[in-house]
Amino acid sequence: MENFTPYTSLAGGILIGISASILMYLNGRIAGISGIVSGIFNNPAVSEKAWRIAFVAGLVGGAFAYAYFFPISIAPREHITTALLVVGGLIVGVGTAMGGGCTSGHGICGMSRFSLRSITATMAFLTSGIVTVYVVNLLAGASA
Amino acid sequence: MKTVISALMAGIIFGVGLALSGMVDPNKVINFLDVTGNWDPSLMFVLGGGVITTTLAYRFIFAQGKPLFDDDFHLPTLLKIDSKLLFGAILFGIGWGLIGYCPGPAVASIGFNPEEPLIVVVSMLAGMLLYRKIAKA
Repeated sequence: MENFTPYTSLAGGILIGISASILMYLNGRIAGISGIVSGIFNNPAVSEKAWRIAFVAGLVGGAFAYAYFFPISIAPREHITTALLVVGGLIVGVGTAMGGGCTSGHGICGMSRFSLRSITATMAFLTSGIVTVYVVNLLAGASA
Repeated sequence: MKTVISALMAGIIFGVGLALSGMVDPNKVINFLDVTGNWDPSLMFVLGGGVITTTLAYRFIFAQGKPLFDDDFHLPTLLKIDSKLLFGAILFGIGWGLIGYCPGPAVASIGFNPEEPLIVVVSMLAGMLLYRKIAKA
């Protein structure tokens, strides 16, 4: 097992849960990042855009503030090319728009409502993610 | 204005949570998905902590009948498990496994390590738009 961090990961997960709870309690909204972000661009109402932009600003600002006090170092990823990032990003965008959510909307909020759609989606993207990493490692091993 | 401030507050807590949890490290995400290799189960704890907290809070929140700053809860109305849901989720997982970024961490990481996340977020937005164009046609 690599760099197992159960306590900070659990604490981070609880914070994410608190955030999702605040957004539902006060605004009645699902804290699904793909939905919040895409709504900035395809929802014409100014009030809809406003809260979404505020959430995204907070998301970026919160991570910035954390990293300011506790620097986060990410090991360089030479094998991840710009082309791969573009292709991967495109697939994530198409997939979340088509499937109606991502790790936060389906994985956290949907599962917490016992939504069958979200439970199904979460199982599906976890499985395809695991298979993808397996295949990538297999191909990398074969070419090495 | 109230909904803007509450969304900003929720966003900040979400961003801190993502950073603390380790989800903003794409290497860690890929190690989490690498169950047959260098498996790092940490992200199960993120999901677990998030789901348990939200499940408990949602019970209380939905019992209130409506949110504090709005007339209704805005919940998804679709209930059917269709091929779009399944195919979309599978696609999303493939992209996630390829680059180690899902939407939340990609957006949040712009705050401290923007090089890769900016490319990912712009491509992701293009993907969302592209799907909407295709779905409309």
